[in-house]
Amino acid sequence: MNRNYWQPGYETMPREELRELQLARLRDTVARVYAKVPIYRERMDKAGVRPEDIRTLDDIRRLPFTVKQDLRDTYPYGMFACDMTDVVRLHASSGTTGKQIVVGYTKRDLEVWDNLIARQLVAAGVGSDDFIHVAFGYGLFTGGFGLHGGAQLVGATVIPVSTGNTARQLTIMQDFGSTAICATPSYALYLAEEAEKAGIADKLKLRVGIFGAEPWTEEMRRQIEARLHIKAFDIYGLTEVMGPGVSYECSDQKGMHVSEDHFIIEIIDPDTGEPVPDGTPGEIVFTSLTKKAFPVIRYRTRDIGTVNREPCPCGRTFARMSKPKGRTDDMLIIRGVNVFPSQIETVLINLGYPPNYQIIVDRVNSLDTFEVKVELTDDNFDDSVAALARKERTITEAMRSLLGIGPKITLVNPRSLTRSEGKAVRVIDRRKLHD
Amino acid sequence: MAVKQLSVFIENRPGTLVEVTEILAAADIDIRALSLAETPDYGILRLIVDKTERACEAVRASGRTVTVNHMVGVRICDRPGGLSAALRLLAGKGFEVEYMYAFLSEKENEAEVVLRVKGSSEDRAAAEKALAEGGFDLIV
Repeated sequence: MNRNYWQPGYETMPREELRELQLARLRDTVARVYAKVPIYRERMDKAGVRPEDIRTLDDIRRLPFTVKQDLRDTYPYGMFACDMTDVVRLHASSGTTGKQIVVGYTKRDLEVWDNLIARQLVAAGVGSDDFIHVAFGYGLFTGGFGLHGGAQLVGATVIPVSTGNTARQLTIMQDFGSTAICATPSYALYLAEEAEKAGIADKLKLRVGIFGAEPWTEEMRRQIEARLHIKAFDIYGLTEVMGPGVSYECSDQKGMHVSEDHFIIEIIDPDTGEPVPDGTPGEIVFTSLTKKAFPVIRYRTRDIGTVNREPCPCGRTFARMSKPKGRTDDMLIIRGVNVFPSQIETVLINLGYPPNYQIIVDRVNSLDTFEVKVELTDDNFDDSVAALARKERTITEAMRSLLGIGPKITLVNPRSLTRSEGKAVRVIDRRKLHD
Repeated sequence: MAVKQLSVFIENRPGTLVEVTEILAAADIDIRALSLAETPDYGILRLIVDKTERACEAVRASGRTVTVNHMVGVRICDRPGGLSAALRLLAGKGFEVEYMYAFLSEKENEAEVVLRVKGSSEDRAAAEKALAEGGFDLIV
């Protein structure tokens, strides 16, 4: 049992002790950002709260929230809390949803990060005997270097293959004997398909995968597991807070354990900012407790999820967060109805379609149009027009009953939808072009 | 028994039809008959070819959705009333034709018809039996 912990002293720390540690670290972080980061000091002054006012963990609620726009407004280094001489690494978010943001790490921050990743790897049963195929992008994106550092720390053999050139990836997997893979779930599925096409899916030595960096569903997990013959784990994080490893899955796989010795998680009502009870969905908010270069105070992730503080059979005392249902950024409002791409994915997988889809929203004569492109596989193909029309109706109706709004279904050829080898392009919202 | 038909899902964009016919030509496939079902969003190209399996593999390899179905194939006299005699027989026995198309046979005064009857493969076999018993010559 013990071998599944990387840092049992922290991972199984009694809650009371953990809370004391959190409070001490929170007070230290707040004092530091107040002294060193003008935007935090201004916000706190305005809210009438001083570092010494943080006497209990609940006092965190007195601190103002931080949002992504703050990171943009202070771009590039306005929210760094240490001298740039101590910063040894920069990462940046892709900027797909706006101007890019940049974060930094001290040597100590990177050590912490490596340990967070190591917790996930060890919880997934990955260790020094493993060959870890890191197919996350290496570069400014946190995925590649993040997993790389942790994999090296546990003593595994790291294969820093990065993204792209899928045929070569499969060759490497076979020749080098990759036993574990780290990738975005959409790329894992793409690799699985290509492996099947090449007839090598069951010849690989893969036994475990760590996936993250984009929202995915349980149905997609089951597909990846079945097609690559592995056990799939979900790792969570975001660049602004650290990168992957903010929370991680144990083998019980009922939520991701938040590394609470380094982060405080809160769930709030996104409209009022007030905390919601455990188990109630709300926006996930993180405060970093040990980061030196780029601490964050009550950072609003825009991810919607729940927290569960019940004890976990795995023995870890860290609270668990649900797989985020979606990022509020990803949420589409179509004719006044909230639609998460993950809901579309669930319906498609349940009906036996590949989880490769594209949602196209447009506005015609001031009415939103809602279209979902679905890949038609040989298994689902029927050569009668009536039968295909029935299939389209079935998908539309299943989505209508889940969402309250039914899309127009457009069938397309398999593997024809744009696939980035990093993050999948799931949504094309043309309405923005007209505004 | 039965005629094999290759069906190809055709996305609604210019050039897809010609692409499929080029793939077939490159694979040295001879098309004996075809029909295209069209909807506003997509089409289904149905083909009777000389080498069905080979054609299927070639089109599938190009990333298109394909299926092979067994169809009822029947020879009819190429004269007024030839087709209706066969259809009358099927209608009289309660079979419903989903779609069909016809082409001239290599033999003189003969046409060949492929048709899909509604229902399962048992329904198809029953339709073939009915036609045979009614004196029609089935294509095998």
